[in-house]
Amino acid sequence: MATSSSKSLFGVLAEFESPAHLLQAAEKVRDKGFKHWDTHSPFPIHGMDKAMGLKDSKLGWIVLCTGTLGVAGTHLLQWWSAVYAYPMVISGKPLNSYPAFIPVTFEGGILLSAFGAIFGMLAINKLPRLYHALFTSQQFKRATDDAFFISIESKDPQFNLEDVQVLLSSLGGKNIEVIHEAHA
Amino acid sequence: MSSTAYTEDPAKRLPLVEGGKSFHDVTEIVCKPLEQPLVKTPSWWLIGFMGALTLLTMLLGMVGYLLWEGIGVWGNNTPVAWGWDIVNFVWWIGIGHAGTLISAILFLFRQKWRTGINRFAEAMTVFAVMCAFLYPGIHIGRIWVSYYMFPIPNQMAMWPNFRSPLLWDFAAVSTYATVSALFWYIGLVPDLATIRDRATNKIRATLYGIFALGWRGANRHWQNYERAYLILAGLATPLVLSVHSIVSFDFATANLPGWHTTIFPPYFVAGAVFSGFALVSTLMILAREIFGFKQLVTINHLENMSKIMLLTGTLVGYAYAMEFFIAWYSGSEYERFAFINRAAGPFGWAYWIMISCNVISPQFFWFRNLRRNIWVIFIITIFINIGMWFERFVIIVTLHADFLPSSWGYYRPSIVDICTYLGTFGLFFTLFLLFLRFLPQIAISEVKGVMPQANPHHHGDSHGH
Repeated sequence: MATSSSKSLFGVLAEFESPAHLLQAAEKVRDKGFKHWDTHSPFPIHGMDKAMGLKDSKLGWIVLCTGTLGVAGTHLLQWWSAVYAYPMVISGKPLNSYPAFIPVTFEGGILLSAFGAIFGMLAINKLPRLYHALFTSQQFKRATDDAFFISIESKDPQFNLEDVQVLLSSLGGKNIEVIHEAHA
Repeated sequence: MSSTAYTEDPAKRLPLVEGGKSFHDVTEIVCKPLEQPLVKTPSWWLIGFMGALTLLTMLLGMVGYLLWEGIGVWGNNTPVAWGWDIVNFVWWIGIGHAGTLISAILFLFRQKWRTGINRFAEAMTVFAVMCAFLYPGIHIGRIWVSYYMFPIPNQMAMWPNFRSPLLWDFAAVSTYATVSALFWYIGLVPDLATIRDRATNKIRATLYGIFALGWRGANRHWQNYERAYLILAGLATPLVLSVHSIVSFDFATANLPGWHTTIFPPYFVAGAVFSGFALVSTLMILAREIFGFKQLVTINHLENMSKIMLLTGTLVGYAYAMEFFIAWYSGSEYERFAFINRAAGPFGWAYWIMISCNVISPQFFWFRNLRRNIWVIFIITIFINIGMWFERFVIIVTLHADFLPSSWGYYRPSIVDICTYLGTFGLFFTLFLLFLRFLPQIAISEVKGVMPQANPHHHGDSHGH
């Protein structure tokens, strides 16, 4: 797997002792100006978004769009089918008896918002993705158990294999590992 | 029962995870039961699973018989046009509500104790909603035209009547089923990744790996994941309130004494939460005994749930009293008769079972040593489940004495009604046992997140707060 071809280099992985150490190290990596890097932990760590200098998640805007679509779509469907497609007078109510359409409109809004939240989240995260170079690392299996990692990718403009290894080591990183893609 | 000192100062609250566990210990405790090889499946599980499968087979037989013969095989007939099918539908859907309440509402209120029980409760929600959803699927009588429920263009140019509460109900329940299943699954993803990474053989790694979607604990993912979770909790909260409100509209929009009341939506929602918490507690007490989760699901969790049952049970009791008051205050002789007939008529026995189980039994939870006693909680939750079934039974069958005395009758379920209801337990427990065997019953990543060492400021460094 680990060939010396520069094409197959993914980046560098380093383990940190605790959430506190990971947070402090992340702040330093952020301040160095790296762009293509990430922290990995078995649970979300409070304050890590700020420590990594991440912008606010865009997900809310996606949900706003899909939710609005759900509300408008289900309401239009009910109005159109009750007034034009299949007009029926029910208990003397007007054809456009919109208060009676509110429950279904509400449910339609919730359903499409939920789809927006879940599928939007997966899309932003570029998941599902069953292969990732980090999965070639044995120690990385502990990222979902009790270990805390920083990975810096080789595609970062500031990436230099030796410098990154020295940096991570100076921040308290242990088990520093150079990660290659499984295929060139 | 633990005798640890209790204090109201939030900083000194009892730990959510007891016994000084490490992150790895939590992984081990939760993953151990589901990583046993198939040949070492415990015998209690096999026996339970066979029993559940037997009941499930009976359910399939009963549904097949119903579809072949028609709704006449059930006991409902005028004047009680809705029988056990609606009772069981409302009961199951109400059971499901606790899962959403625990996963969504308690999440929004930052009640961190929910992390020990939310996965379990959400699984219960999904399976209970499946049992509930079976009934509208089969009670329509002409199954081959069930597509009438969907707004699908068809050769008759017909469209559903969106002014009907039955269609609202269909929209609400199908949305609820979809959203709660997605919410549950998305919560499982990081834990499925944990199991994938612990897998010792290729098949496990592949199967769990596919469903883990390639999760790698990246903070850039966690950021959007947490936002999605927050949004879903925010959506599920009004959803769960709307679902049982809409279920109650099935009754409340009918011009029938005893049904046509505005108290129904809040009263149904409180009752749903009440019954759901009862069933979560029943199942959780059994599971923590069997799997040894006592340090993750502590007596404090059960005590908190008991308090919610006390609150919602008392709300339900208030609703029962208020229904009587309004029936008297309305001055309508039909309303008055409907309620007097409920309590003192031929179905009075059911009414008093309902009152004893739902209003009287939770009052024991006023006493701290009773609500911290496993046996007391277990017995009371069983009573609550029985009582809440009878609540729906009372509401539905007391129509047996309608406006015309010549059409009065007495409702009796048929054997098919009874076997179908028992069969839904087969469906529920088949799914539940599969969940217990193959999926993490406790939200591993969420429990780790509320442990003291998960706080990056835990080691007393210079960051404030």
